[in-house]
Amino acid sequence: MGRYVIRRLLQMIPVFIGTTLLIFLMVNVQGDPIAGLCGDKQCDPATITQLRKDFGLDKPLWQQYLTYMGHVFSGNFGTAFNGEKVIDLMGSAFPVTIRLTLVAIVFELVIGIIFGVITGLRRGSFVDTGVLLLTLVVIAVPTFVTGLLAQLLLGVKWNIIEPSVSSAAPLDELIVPGLVLASVSLAYVTRLTRTSIAENARSDYVRTATAKGLPRHRVVIRHLLRNSLIPVITFIGTDIGALMGGAIVTERIFNIHGVGFQLYQGILRQNTQTVVGFVTVLVIVFLVANLLVDLLYAVLDPRIRYA
Amino acid sequence: MRGATHAKWAACTVAVALAATACGSSSSGSGSSSSSGSSGSSGVVSASWGDPQNPLEPANTNEVQGGKVLDLIFRGLKRYNPKTAKAENALAQSITTSDAQNFKVTVKNGWTFSNGEKVTAKSFVNAWNYGAALKNNQKNASFFQYIDGYDKVHPETGSATATTMSGLKVTGGQTFTIRLSQKFSTFPDTLGYAAFSPLPQAFFTNHSAWLSKPIGNGPYEVQKYNRGSQMSLRTWKKYPGPDKAQNGGVDLKVYTDNNTAYTDLVAGNLDLVDDVPANQLRNVQSDLDGRYINTPAGIIQTLAFPFYDKAWSGANGLKLRTGISMAINRPQITDTIFQKTRTPATDWTSPVLGKAGGYQAGLCGSKCTFNAAAAKKMISDAGGFPGGKLTITYNADTGSHKVWVDAVCNNINNVVGNDKACVGRPVGTFADFRNQIGQHKMTGPFRAGWQMDYPLIQDFLQPLYFTGASSNDGQFSNPQFDKLVNQANAETDEAKAVKIFQQAEGVVRDQMAAVPLWYQNGSAGFSDNISNVALNPFSVPVYNEIKVN
Repeated sequence: MGRYVIRRLLQMIPVFIGTTLLIFLMVNVQGDPIAGLCGDKQCDPATITQLRKDFGLDKPLWQQYLTYMGHVFSGNFGTAFNGEKVIDLMGSAFPVTIRLTLVAIVFELVIGIIFGVITGLRRGSFVDTGVLLLTLVVIAVPTFVTGLLAQLLLGVKWNIIEPSVSSAAPLDELIVPGLVLASVSLAYVTRLTRTSIAENARSDYVRTATAKGLPRHRVVIRHLLRNSLIPVITFIGTDIGALMGGAIVTERIFNIHGVGFQLYQGILRQNTQTVVGFVTVLVIVFLVANLLVDLLYAVLDPRIRYA
Repeated sequence: MRGATHAKWAACTVAVALAATACGSSSSGSGSSSSSGSSGSSGVVSASWGDPQNPLEPANTNEVQGGKVLDLIFRGLKRYNPKTAKAENALAQSITTSDAQNFKVTVKNGWTFSNGEKVTAKSFVNAWNYGAALKNNQKNASFFQYIDGYDKVHPETGSATATTMSGLKVTGGQTFTIRLSQKFSTFPDTLGYAAFSPLPQAFFTNHSAWLSKPIGNGPYEVQKYNRGSQMSLRTWKKYPGPDKAQNGGVDLKVYTDNNTAYTDLVAGNLDLVDDVPANQLRNVQSDLDGRYINTPAGIIQTLAFPFYDKAWSGANGLKLRTGISMAINRPQITDTIFQKTRTPATDWTSPVLGKAGGYQAGLCGSKCTFNAAAAKKMISDAGGFPGGKLTITYNADTGSHKVWVDAVCNNINNVVGNDKACVGRPVGTFADFRNQIGQHKMTGPFRAGWQMDYPLIQDFLQPLYFTGASSNDGQFSNPQFDKLVNQANAETDEAKAVKIFQQAEGVVRDQMAAVPLWYQNGSAGFSDNISNVALNPFSVPVYNEIKVN
């Protein structure tokens, strides 16, 4: 097990280098970022030269990348164009997005799995059809529509929540944005759990457990659910990274100053340092989440072993 | 046993991950919880804000968001009247000259920075020398270019050979002299621009501390600044100026999207939005019940041309440019697309200058009036568009330029009777757009916008059309125009100078150096919690005059 984890961690290195290089190249094809810093005016050439030198933009691309990676490994993510250290931007953005993601994941886990189990056990029933229809609608409607509707109805018309999240972004203000962010994945989790439960409900070990006379809740939770959760966990694991990076729409609607906002600004201002820094961290989050998922398999199903 | 080990490993990893997130969230929660309590307290105006693009230094701030803060915490030698846009003395006791080149400045006594430091002649001279010095990377450095010795501290190539400009001399506690490298009669009127603000000693001794909590000499002081999310400003009780704050303070809140800010305004969580989103303009009257301002600002939108391209210069080029101008139905576009937040342009300046300042309504005349037949004739006389095609380049990332470019192209296509004659050419980012312009890669007209730095007719002409000028993106060049501008700058009588600038603008018209499209208005909405709200000529709210009900 230990060796497996180490091997997986080592595998992350080439993935990490590859992705950062790709992002680095992608941001760079957009052209010279300094040109946009002076508004509709032409920056004076001397200042441009000086700024290019300060940000290391006058060097060839491969050299810029090497210098950048060198700095990253010593914990220095560079400086954004507004003079702020990227590491400080991360310090303010990531906690907010992590909180938002946690809220979303909790919704996915609790509501998604409960709905999934209920519908999976009562296939064809009125509840099952209703939930299926509902999830279909949720999947079909884009997040920004759900978000804007929730904001308009709950925030402006009924005054249940504030339409925008304050800069501190405490947990209670993130409930509605979290639900909006989770909505599509929530529907998928429900459907995945439903199918998985329905399939396993007919399997031998469930029948054996029932025949042994175990109480129904014990059969469902200990035997049926445990095995049925493997595809669901896989989905949620990959979803963590997707939620963190993809929260941009939700963050814009609800005025959340998280990773999405910083990435958006970084791309608009063509700020290589911000974009590459944030994406690098997101890549790590993605990789770690995937590792966790793989390790959880072994817990859920002891037949899965890692040498 | 085996299962147990697996579980242990997984549990450990999960625990580490959770611990990491827990640490992160608790620390940030405690850090910013106090800021949320301040909003809504009596007498404080909450207003929408955008994240400033550059560090907040006076000579480094060249966009509206950072400019708002400077207007709140700084006062310079001059200040532009928020209503008339006229430059009036603020900290300047007097600025005198006899030859339009050497100026004597006396700074008023009794002014201090909010940390108690006295504002002296040195506060200005040091600040300007800092702003001009190449090593400080200040994006507004070129505002000091007329001061003698600028080329030594900010050479175009190579390194600086001096640290201070020879044209600035402190002659006493409150007096200093300015020597310019050329005659520039309206120079004192440019001194209201934020780049010319004085700076306290604290700026130089502990720069990073100053940046995280700027200290100025204006009606407000910074109480708290959370970068990227909020700046809380409170009225500075000891402010000596006549324009004292009428409210307890201003909370500038960064919004990720101006639509959200508008929603917050409608829901009553925000007092002031100074950028009403275009798609809300239709509802704004009913949503805000008269609490909506739509007033002209010193911004003009034009179509610029690549004069370095043969097809667009010369006699045929002139016909083409004029033909395009006459093919555009300006009132139709400003009414339907911009919901009257733009005004069709009839000259190359802005109405905020006023008649005395050089604005001439109708100067462009029939050349800027939609006339399909005349436009068609003009374009065909020129031999049609180069290569039979016309592209209008714009940046697609901000400002919804696509909509009006498509409308303009539609106008032109209707005039020439060819659906495919004119197309918009989007460029992904603003930076790339500026980049292509800088490298002279334009092959046809391109979007140009000019936001004035100071309300002078000079600022609408010289930087844009003077040979080799800093923002002359299309490389327009005309000896007659250059001569008139030099003559106007040398003229000590201001009214006469304006007259000569207007003659220069006549050259711009005759040559159709750029097609004027429309003047941009500033638009703002506010809650019934505040009153006496107005926008200044730079489309920035006059915060210090806002009253909280």
